[in-house]
Amino acid sequence: MSHQGTEGTLLTNNVQTNNIENATAVTAIQQKLTTRNRNIYRENLFGRIVALICAALLILLVLSITYFIASKGLSTFFVDGVSIKEFLTGLKWDPEDEPAQFGVFPFILGSFLVTLLAAVIAAPLGIGAAIFMTEISPGFGKRVLKPVIELLVGIPSVVYGYVGLTLLVPFIREQFEVLGFSVLAGGCVLALMILPTITSVTTDAIEAVPQDLRNASLALGATRWQTIWNVVLHSALPGCLTAVVLGMARAFGEALAVQMVIGNTTKLPESILDPISTLTSGITLNMGNTIAGTPYNNALWSMALILLLMSFAFIMILRIMGRKKLSNR
Amino acid sequence: MKVKAKSLDHIATFLLTTIAVLIIGVLVLMVGYILTKGYDKFTFDFLTSPPNISEAGGGIGPQLFNSFYLLVLTMIIALPLGVGAGIYMAEYAPNNKFTQYIRISIEVLSSLPSIVIGLFGLLVFVTMTGWGYTLLSGALALTVFNLPLLVRITEDALRNVPPSQKEASLALGISKWKTITSVMLPAALPGIITGSILASGRVFGEAAALLFTAGMSSPDLNFNTFDLNGPTSPLNPFRPAETLAVHIWKVNSEGLTPDARDVADGAAAILVLAVLLFNLFARWFGTWIYNKITSGARR
Repeated sequence: MSHQGTEGTLLTNNVQTNNIENATAVTAIQQKLTTRNRNIYRENLFGRIVALICAALLILLVLSITYFIASKGLSTFFVDGVSIKEFLTGLKWDPEDEPAQFGVFPFILGSFLVTLLAAVIAAPLGIGAAIFMTEISPGFGKRVLKPVIELLVGIPSVVYGYVGLTLLVPFIREQFEVLGFSVLAGGCVLALMILPTITSVTTDAIEAVPQDLRNASLALGATRWQTIWNVVLHSALPGCLTAVVLGMARAFGEALAVQMVIGNTTKLPESILDPISTLTSGITLNMGNTIAGTPYNNALWSMALILLLMSFAFIMILRIMGRKKLSNR
Repeated sequence: MKVKAKSLDHIATFLLTTIAVLIIGVLVLMVGYILTKGYDKFTFDFLTSPPNISEAGGGIGPQLFNSFYLLVLTMIIALPLGVGAGIYMAEYAPNNKFTQYIRISIEVLSSLPSIVIGLFGLLVFVTMTGWGYTLLSGALALTVFNLPLLVRITEDALRNVPPSQKEASLALGISKWKTITSVMLPAALPGIITGSILASGRVFGEAAALLFTAGMSSPDLNFNTFDLNGPTSPLNPFRPAETLAVHIWKVNSEGLTPDARDVADGAAAILVLAVLLFNLFARWFGTWIYNKITSGARR
């Protein structure tokens, strides 16, 4: 009996100690759950800060690029005393002459000419290819045309320039009996380079057009082309414009491919078969041969500043167009 | 009237098909032209021997090596930064002005002409650091050039991870940072890798940003040393390095050798071939790793 008794008390004792242990455990868990975990807190803070630094670096980069290019580019006007108007509209570029002439208008004209020509050639082709890929033959488009266009993106710009130099320039030379290095050659090479951009952005825009609109148009008895022209392209128009502007932004800044095929003279062209210079080709060719700090060198930095400002301008245009598109919906 | 609409439809279809065929034709013509012209240059000798300045018979060995080494250096610097910023944009960025500024910065960086990035590199990484034309300057310039793309790739890949995975991890009491690094990033890895390989192709072919950062000349490399400081050591990041793409440009614009055209043919063919391989590899790897992770291969 006594044995049993002791066992019983042991049992109750056990239960009691268990209870006490449980209680302490519960409070410990409670504490753990209700108070902030230092380690997790620290870990999260660490991660957030690392990610934030990486992201803030992007802003820092843009600011410092703008600052450095601007500080060098503006010294033409503030240190060397060239007037901005003269710089932008002057027709004569002769930085080694006495007195030096810093008219970059031929370069600016060249950049705009090749960019516009490229857009005029590439826009119909790119938009046409996008329509083909989405409306006419999606199967063939997805399997063949899309990879082909993705490959065009991947080909380096010097290779485009090289092909332009060895195929296009001699071709133009023989066909028109001119030098060959020309606005036309630059425009064609650039058109090929911006074609993928235009096609892929337009494809996205066309694919975003609701299928209902097409069905409604077809149900009204419109042909496929009438549907594409009046319905699909109509509602995808903002996207198509965005695509073309994006392509032009890329064309405007392209350096080596253009430089290799346009001939690089600072004379104003009389037709698109004449050679010309662009802002990028001028910088590429002369930056290495001039001494830092000289007016000649500074003028090249000013040309880089124009390029930078133009790329800001393209982004502004795209942003304004994007906002319009949103408010239309 | 109806007949007219019908025939117009036929004409339009014909025209659009012509455009598609034309584009494919141009690409096939171009790639075919480059590869056939450079085909006889695909010799071991051409790929490994150094270029010859005044005589015919030079190769592109150092340039090929420089291109790959520069690519590796660039990716070592750019990938962590790009992935970090991508994580911020996908997981942390609140909807405020600061995030908008980052978005605009990404947009600006990705649309900057590469020559402008090269000039920025010339000013900051070459002149201000006092290094001169070096591999590292080139790698830093290419990092600037490549960063926006990597951020976008990472952000897209992270956003495509199913939210249930993230929620499950958070519900287990795992910290957000651990969730990102050990649950989300592995799930997003195929997207990030495929994107990075495509970005590598872009880096490999870039020249304008390198003209004034990595320079247009290469020292005589001595492939028997692994000394990081030697001026002729291939691995020294503080030596000038001309890449393959820059070499093509230079040979064409100021090449003095009698066989400059041939060298350019061969180099262009190698460059295109490399980019094609990058492209194919990225596609193959993307599908492979997707199948591996989702067990899609069994279907």
